[in-house]
Amino acid sequence: MAAPRSPLDRTHPGLIAATAVVYLFLLGPLVIVFGAAFSNTTFLAFPPQGLSLRWFENAFANSAFRASFVTSMQVAFGGTGLALLLGVPAAYAMSRYRVQLPKALSVMFVLPILIPEIVAGFSMLRFLQVSLGLPVVAALLLGHALLVLPYTVRVIGASLAAFDFSAEEAAISLGSPPLKTFVTIVLPNIRSGVIAAFVLAFITSLNDVSISVFLTGPGVSTLPIQILSYVEQFFDPTVASVSVLLMVLTVAVMAAVERTLGLTTFTK
Amino acid sequence: MRRLTPWLLLAPGLLLVVVVLLAPVLNTGVMPFASGRAASLYQRFFFGSYNQGVILRTLQVASVTTLVSLALGFTAAYVVSRAPAALKSLLIVAAVFPLLTGTVVRSFAWMVILGRNGMANDALLKLGLTSEPVQLLYTQFAVVVGLVYLFTPLMILSLVGVLENIDTDLPRAAASLGAPPRAVFRQVVLPLATPGLIVGSVLVFTGSFTAFATPQLLGGEEQTVLATLLYQKAMVTLDWNGASTIASAMVVMTVIVVLLMNRLARRLNPASV
Repeated sequence: MAAPRSPLDRTHPGLIAATAVVYLFLLGPLVIVFGAAFSNTTFLAFPPQGLSLRWFENAFANSAFRASFVTSMQVAFGGTGLALLLGVPAAYAMSRYRVQLPKALSVMFVLPILIPEIVAGFSMLRFLQVSLGLPVVAALLLGHALLVLPYTVRVIGASLAAFDFSAEEAAISLGSPPLKTFVTIVLPNIRSGVIAAFVLAFITSLNDVSISVFLTGPGVSTLPIQILSYVEQFFDPTVASVSVLLMVLTVAVMAAVERTLGLTTFTK
Repeated sequence: MRRLTPWLLLAPGLLLVVVVLLAPVLNTGVMPFASGRAASLYQRFFFGSYNQGVILRTLQVASVTTLVSLALGFTAAYVVSRAPAALKSLLIVAAVFPLLTGTVVRSFAWMVILGRNGMANDALLKLGLTSEPVQLLYTQFAVVVGLVYLFTPLMILSLVGVLENIDTDLPRAAASLGAPPRAVFRQVVLPLATPGLIVGSVLVFTGSFTAFATPQLLGGEEQTVLATLLYQKAMVTLDWNGASTIASAMVVMTVIVVLLMNRLARRLNPASV
């Protein structure tokens, strides 16, 4: 007689079916956007009645979409770059000098996640643009840098936690200057953390609505905000094709990460 | 000098948080008081019948979203955590991908589905359940569906890690001692998964409580929630005192929820402290 298998060792078929439905729910709508983007009708319908690229042409011909894409790229690269520039030293200080620093400091770097983005956005509008008189792009850059700072500090902090600082001490005791030691010894060891932080921050910035909706001004908009205001006026498949282009960009970034690091980086 | 080094390294990042977030938000919090009408502003916010409706709707939408994402997310995470390695990573990627797609794009997808000529109405008409298109968009149903869609991947990812770490010998031991599957689930798996359930619920509740793009696109003016009301006051009617009042109340409510859930987590799982 075979050993009795516990019913717990296999997953109940009902649960598997339910999970299949959940995944259909997660991925189906994105497939529908894809279909709508290639349709040849002037209204949004799925499945498309015929295929065409006219809505992609329409999206590319739209100067507001083009301009907002450029702004989004500038803000995402600039904001992420700034966040890394500030986040790497902060994460380093917190891992390296843990004993000397008050614990409450880490709360400061979680604050951007704790405070609702919509509140942060409104407050930045009042403080940065109205009180301090910063121009739109500068305020957007600072706002996005703040938005993604926690990701850089946390992801790089996690890589630093696995780094053995005695290697750095050895180099310094042998006479290597601190900055050079950081660049040649520490940085190469946390490379994957820096890349993961960059990608996570970049995508977060690229998709941000709640902060940007307050900080964008007349003539300067980011892509998600431009999509938002287009959808409120027109209901045609142009936005579907812009969405497809954004998804393709995301897939490209994800594929690049997958090849260098493996996607499980995102779940840590 | 050596003692100063860590502070010098932290200073630029801290400065960004202070100047771009802390000072502006505190300034917003002070604004209703600086206007000298704080009492009447807060009274109007909490007791005005329209605002009360908005507050209740926001809480309701966030609660329903959290419960539905918990049910969907837990089911999926349970199956994913027990799947063979290759399938598991594929399923995790499939959950991460929607998360990396922006909220505007994901809400727009539901505008396509729920619109008058959308798939949902198509299906209802073809099945003969209705003779003319039903209003699905700009309803509370649409907002909840959009938010559940937004946050279920987050719930799955919060739970997979916790469920994976449950020692499979524990449920097996319970079963071999005669516990029926239902009891094994309720008395062994569920308590061990509690930390993940709470983390996931906090993320989803606070996320849907403060979400802006989804209620804006799928709810419209009929389904105004706190975030969209804040936006309207700030950018459309230019009532900045009103907007500041909502903003402060949102921060306080969010912090209260996070603290309560943290306490609950500690009580349910003393080992996690």
